[in-house]
Amino acid sequence: MTRTRTRWWLYVVLVLGLVAMVMPFVWMILGSFKTTAEIRQYPTNFWPIDPTLDNYAQLFGRLDFTAFFTNSIIVAFFVTAGNIVFSSMVGYALAKLEFRGKKLLFAVVLSTLMVPGVVTFVPLFVLTANLGLVNSYPGLILPFLITPLGVFLMRQFMLSLPDDIIEAARIDGAGEWRIFLRVIMPLCGPAVATLTILTFLGSWNNFLWPLVVATTEDKYTLPVALALYSVGQNAAQYGLMMAGAVVVVVPVLLIFVVLQRYFVQGIALTGIK
Amino acid sequence: MVALTPSAPTRARASRRSRRTTLIAWGFAAPFVILFLVFMAGPIVASFFMSFTDLTTRDLQTPFNVNVVGFENYAKLFDDPRFLRSLLNTAAFVLVGVPLTMALALAVALALNTGISKFRTVFRVGYYAPVVTSIVAIAIVWRFILQPDGLLNAFLGWFGITGPDWLQSTTWALPSLILMAVWRNIGTLMVIFLAGLQGVPKEHHEAAMVDGANAFQRFGSITLPAMRPTLLFAAVITGIGYLQFFEEPFVMTRGGPLDSTLSTAMYTYNQFGFGNYSYASAASYVLFLAIVVLSLIQFRFLGRKD
Repeated sequence: MTRTRTRWWLYVVLVLGLVAMVMPFVWMILGSFKTTAEIRQYPTNFWPIDPTLDNYAQLFGRLDFTAFFTNSIIVAFFVTAGNIVFSSMVGYALAKLEFRGKKLLFAVVLSTLMVPGVVTFVPLFVLTANLGLVNSYPGLILPFLITPLGVFLMRQFMLSLPDDIIEAARIDGAGEWRIFLRVIMPLCGPAVATLTILTFLGSWNNFLWPLVVATTEDKYTLPVALALYSVGQNAAQYGLMMAGAVVVVVPVLLIFVVLQRYFVQGIALTGIK
Repeated sequence: MVALTPSAPTRARASRRSRRTTLIAWGFAAPFVILFLVFMAGPIVASFFMSFTDLTTRDLQTPFNVNVVGFENYAKLFDDPRFLRSLLNTAAFVLVGVPLTMALALAVALALNTGISKFRTVFRVGYYAPVVTSIVAIAIVWRFILQPDGLLNAFLGWFGITGPDWLQSTTWALPSLILMAVWRNIGTLMVIFLAGLQGVPKEHHEAAMVDGANAFQRFGSITLPAMRPTLLFAAVITGIGYLQFFEEPFVMTRGGPLDSTLSTAMYTYNQFGFGNYSYASAASYVLFLAIVVLSLIQFRFLGRKD
């Protein structure tokens, strides 16, 4: 009897919590369809009375959000590709090969797992400036082509693959590169999927470095454009800003809902018990 | 029987093979190592050395042609009330934000793990959703929610409460940013705690129930101790994340009002913007040191019994 009642209360509390978690997203989407006049009213209506697409029209017309969206995609694509290729390669060496310096390499990867971007961005900018890469795609992409977390994730996954298949391939005379490409990588699907999602997301949401290195509008990524517009002269344009947030957030939310098991897997794969 | 000491030719062959493997392995690691040295290890070290020089935006093309000024940048930092204020704000963000996020996430995880059987995926997806979103985008949304005539105050109005102008108040601005950070990060810790709860032995709970222990006693004497490594990990990653909070004040308050939400990361960024590169590096290294110290303290505190 008491037990049933406890559970019932738990559902109520969890649902209230869920409403609090989801409400900002609902508010964002509804706000993006409201006219400025409607927003100025107080108290504000929950549902847009006179829904309009004007905010989106401005976003992709007057402001160049098509270009920002494209920039975000380009940067995220190369960052993700680089992480998959390079992390897999180091991951294989760390998981399946015995070599001099292995312990040192892994220790370095582990110790830099949590180094924040705010510590490195100033010298990184000086370096980028001297390479002539400020305000360029390589400038946006190069520093993120590798992440220690990606290496760690691939190593952890590859450790779980049996050594027998590698030994068998070696006896058949296959070289390490062949083994890596033909034997190991085809088995790494789940790890690569998780890494893809995590890296793409990290790049898509990345803010500090693009803010520093993209100096003109044509190289802005979505978060940079959104942040700079939100504190500039468009700041009071509530509906416009909400529409901008929708463009950044909703694609990612959709991907998350569809692929949510890979997100959870990512946390499991990085070795957290 | 396998010979205990391999014959000389075998040993030579083995060492030749291991040299070959070492070469191949570093071949696999090479692209990573090069990119890592140039774009990560290099800047970490450079940032340290830069903080002892007077490098500014004028020296951008000749970064090695600078004067060494010793601890001058650090002395100046700790003389600047705005920097000290930023440290205080950052400390408050971590000291309030981390326990709050952990407590709420643990409560959600426990509820999902023990109390309910239906809609678990719906809850999990809903609570985790904010984690995947851009902080910049949701900070904009929250900025509007927290306006004097915004959604939060409309909600409080139902209960007859007149809410303040959250982001323009020196009292409420920082708590508002903490609230948003908690909202965004509950999901990460919830998933980590859910995984951790799988590792709590069920037999212990059953034995304690037989002995008549109530739910709170069981939580305190069985669940919490078993979760110690998980809690440690959660505290470290959340603390490290919160120490760097930047997007929230950048978008929502610009560090104001009266520096009440100025974070150390934002102070660093501002100094970088003014062209004071070495001074900004010094500020970022103070933050880095705080991150290292925090990890060590948390390891000591939570790892006591191990």
